[in-house]
Amino acid sequence: MSLAKSPWIIHVNCNSCNGCDIELVACLTPLYDAERFGLLNIGTPKQADIMVVTGSVNYKNVNVLKNIYNQIPDPKVVLAVGACASTGGIFHDCYNVVGGADQIIPVDAYVPGCTPRPEAIIDGVVAALSILENKKKGNIRGKEVKLTGKEVPSNA
Amino acid sequence: MTTIIPFGPQHPVLPEPIALKLEIDDDVIVGVLPSLGYVHRGLETFVNTKDYNQTTYICERICGICSALHGITYTRAVEKLFDVEIPERAQYIRVIVGELNRLHSHILWLGLFADGFGFESLFYECWKYREGVYDVLERITGNRVIHSISKVGGVTTDLTKEYIDITLKMLDTLEPQIQNIEKVFVNNYTVKKRLVGLATMSKQLAYEAGTAGPTLRGSGNAIDVRNTSDWDIYKDLGFKTCVEDGGDCYARTKVRINELYESIKLIRNAISKLPNGEIATPVKGTPTGEAIMRTEQPRGEVVYYVKGNGTRKLERLKIRTPTFANIPSLLLTLPGAKLADVPIIVLTIDPCISCTER
Repeated sequence: MSLAKSPWIIHVNCNSCNGCDIELVACLTPLYDAERFGLLNIGTPKQADIMVVTGSVNYKNVNVLKNIYNQIPDPKVVLAVGACASTGGIFHDCYNVVGGADQIIPVDAYVPGCTPRPEAIIDGVVAALSILENKKKGNIRGKEVKLTGKEVPSNA
Repeated sequence: MTTIIPFGPQHPVLPEPIALKLEIDDDVIVGVLPSLGYVHRGLETFVNTKDYNQTTYICERICGICSALHGITYTRAVEKLFDVEIPERAQYIRVIVGELNRLHSHILWLGLFADGFGFESLFYECWKYREGVYDVLERITGNRVIHSISKVGGVTTDLTKEYIDITLKMLDTLEPQIQNIEKVFVNNYTVKKRLVGLATMSKQLAYEAGTAGPTLRGSGNAIDVRNTSDWDIYKDLGFKTCVEDGGDCYARTKVRINELYESIKLIRNAISKLPNGEIATPVKGTPTGEAIMRTEQPRGEVVYYVKGNGTRKLERLKIRTPTFANIPSLLLTLPGAKLADVPIIVLTIDPCISCTER
């Protein structure tokens, strides 16, 4: 049970317009205070349990996303926050946009909305906790995402 | 011998991905190479597939922090293209929502900045006060982040008596709260020790580097589009440009704190002068020709260029955002600074990468 009492999250900004990011930070500040669930925003993927992705994926940050996902130790849960991270949102037809985060890495829970309210984000994180606990019991490991190296030009 | 240290794209201090390759000698930076493109979506091409009314909503999603002002600037540019006069009440409502937008953006920046130099309780204090502004914006426009207040021809929501009352009430509680955090930012020994004399730019250098907004005004240049452009309302409301002479991180912080008071004054004046009447005029037809519009965003001057070709879709939309103008100042001020000061110097221009790369 210890894992779900204090999950640490890492925030990955892919292609976001900042809207979801500031709402995610607002979750951690006094009014919404997600720390009462033991939540802590942490800078390094090596210490994180929940990966929160905001914004759609583009060709330049594909490998950043894969790299961070691979570095998080098992069991891990990926939470897509906002319309863009879920499906690509309003930007899904842009030429530089690959799509939602689930095109690249396995996503466990989605929070809809443009932008979702902090209450909705906290609700999504709490939903992710039971998934995290189940993964721990069943010893389910995240699939390693291969870096193909084709997505990004070599000089980028 | 120099070493290259990558700063970003994933970094605890940055809420957004920007990569800087820092060339360091011992602990001192000798060279900087920025790498952009992690947030590029291609919005300027995307507008070719949407008509000019739909583009308003795309422009608002360029940036989630200054979204209202992006929408307002775009709609003003298209109105210039159509050559329509919008009702005076709509213009005042735009100013009020735009200044509320600036209030929350500056308080947000003050909080992130405090977090950047390790003053966590001050960060929480700032963000607690910011929620008051958000509550008002949510009551007026229906959404916390993307406000969608402006449309081509006017505004979408009227300011009723109830909204005006809650706005004035919020301003009355916010002003002493800002005085509280101002005391810490301006007088605190630790804060001053970190900020005074850091990343100094002279008046001439800031002007020649083409910086914008508080970065420019913190170096003693009294340039603010609210005073210099053709948006007359600000002159009627008694707007005064906030300038500081220091040119360092401390001066830029002081400019932003003074702008908070200025915004509160502007909102109060705009509410007291709010005229009665319609909130929108119907705009029909297809735009032709080209127009340029400038407004002052929280981070500086934003320039919109629109070109119509006689269809409902715009032929070209070009945006020059303030952070794009401010990134060269980073390359000038970072060399010579210590590695530990890099997060503060990067944050001091209030970088908005999603604006810059679109």
